[in-house]
Amino acid sequence: METVKKVSVKQTTHIKRGPDDYAVAGVSYLITGVFALICFIPFFLVVLYSFTPYDLYLKNHFDFFPERLTLDAYRMVIDYGYIWTGYRNTLIITATGTILSMLLLVVTAYPLTRREMKGRKLITALWVFTMFFSGGMIPEYFLMRSLGLLNTRWAMILPGMLGCYNLILMRNYIDGLPDSLEEAATIDGANDLVVLVKIILPLCMPILATLGLFTLVGYWNSYFSAIMYTTKRTMWPLQLVLREIVFEGSAAEMEAAGAADENLTSPFLLRMASIVVATVPIMCVYPFLQKYFMSGLVLGGVKE
Amino acid sequence: MAQNMAVINKPKTSLAKHLYKNRWLYLMCIPGLAFLIIFKYIPMYGVIMAFQDFSFKKGIFGSSFNNFAHFKQLFNSGKFWNVFTNSIVLSMLKLLINFPIPILLALLLNELRVKWFKKVTQTFLYLPHFMSWIVLGGIVNNFLSMNDGVINDLIVMLGGQKINFLGSNEWFRFVIIATNIWKEAGWGTIIYLAALSSISPDLYEAATVDGANRWQKIRHITLPGIASTVVITLVLQIGGLMNNGFEQIYLFQNDLNIQVSEVFEIYTYKIGIVSGRYSYSTAVGLFKNVIGTILIFSTNRITKKLGGATLF
Repeated sequence: METVKKVSVKQTTHIKRGPDDYAVAGVSYLITGVFALICFIPFFLVVLYSFTPYDLYLKNHFDFFPERLTLDAYRMVIDYGYIWTGYRNTLIITATGTILSMLLLVVTAYPLTRREMKGRKLITALWVFTMFFSGGMIPEYFLMRSLGLLNTRWAMILPGMLGCYNLILMRNYIDGLPDSLEEAATIDGANDLVVLVKIILPLCMPILATLGLFTLVGYWNSYFSAIMYTTKRTMWPLQLVLREIVFEGSAAEMEAAGAADENLTSPFLLRMASIVVATVPIMCVYPFLQKYFMSGLVLGGVKE
Repeated sequence: MAQNMAVINKPKTSLAKHLYKNRWLYLMCIPGLAFLIIFKYIPMYGVIMAFQDFSFKKGIFGSSFNNFAHFKQLFNSGKFWNVFTNSIVLSMLKLLINFPIPILLALLLNELRVKWFKKVTQTFLYLPHFMSWIVLGGIVNNFLSMNDGVINDLIVMLGGQKINFLGSNEWFRFVIIATNIWKEAGWGTIIYLAALSSISPDLYEAATVDGANRWQKIRHITLPGIASTVVITLVLQIGGLMNNGFEQIYLFQNDLNIQVSEVFEIYTYKIGIVSGRYSYSTAVGLFKNVIGTILIFSTNRITKKLGGATLF
């Protein structure tokens, strides 16, 4: 990191810039800036619209300082019970899934780095094969069915718990650690499990944080396994509840419930507010994600 | 004497000894292997269903084989070829449009020198990647609405006609490609930025001393520096030509655009899980998988022959 900083300072001070440099710089700032704004503006608008009364929204979509603000939509979203069962399911799935996934990852990756273990090449090959070929949707559905996991949270946790890509990243990371510590501990009579827990695991914390955050976001955002394996509404994760509000009629249903309080809010506002409510946790972890994702996630070949 | 005995006995017991000595290592393998077998390989065994008249009562072991009847039916079905075409067209569009954008974006980001500007830009660019398709799809769905959507009202303000983005065959692919760029183009720059940062600055300095201009530096230093990353990503992308993912397209599909929006993932879901034609659906999935595997191995072989980077 230090060297990179020094280098960039050097480049700007010591090398003379010609007209083509300024042209390239101008184009770069313009295009990346505009692209970034296009990516961001929709989120800004969602937050803005979720607080803007509907009549003001209809009058002018681009009034960034509306004369009145409203919390009605948020009140209704918070009163909507399914949001909270969804939140609960998603929190349980995400927390359990992420923890189990990281445990399984370490315990599976570590033996694959040890030269003395027989069959490690075979196991690696079996994993790599799963990158290209899978049983497909129906056999996977039957597996869940015969394990009796339909309509349980496990059906949304287990299928995505370990993937080949993360396994290879983890294996390469452990492989890159110095062998000397491991050897010293082995000579002191520690067994492999102790070596893993006491020596390897603490050194793996940076990559575990990175992969853990990605796994967490993955569990939080996914809805495919929920659509496949659940039919009960009480098992729905947050994303499915959100889907129903945003794409189907349940904004109207919420409104009908709210009509009793003579507290009518437009479905559009409800949708915007629901999106915000469902996205807050991701926004909270986003700064941490940013800190980690540039570190060490470089795509390389699968080969050793 | 005792020593000799030990030497003679060694070959017989060495495997057991080896296993005992490394017992913790082998024990550690158990959870991962169990996961691999149960969740990855047992479903692979389940593809046998594609060759059977599968029935619940009889199960995989009892159901009778039907002489590739499902595959014959499949290749003669207009619907199947419609699904095949839709999948390929969409992923070819992604390959042509969505694949180069992150490379260009990374090259431009690499030129940014003002630190805060670069940081803010990257923060905005990466953000959509961490949102779910439901959130992004929900935003797009509302903003493109014919009634009160921002985009259509903007088009009218600028003197245009409202466009039914979500309810027409013509605009479906545009919406998919555009939302895909929104979600993944920024994030896609990361691997190229990593490759760019590993190019030695000395090369640029030496080139400057030799009087190379901007374009020559890009052609002869920058592009070769990221070439192997580009090739690996390209191999993966071509290997995935049959895949379009379920989550994005399922949200945008409706009766009005079904002619172009029915892709493999959704078709197998509908005929398998929704309609219960398990064997036929498995056959469709198997076909897709086999083509995908052939694609990835052949592109990998081609890049190997050309002397470029390979995946494995």
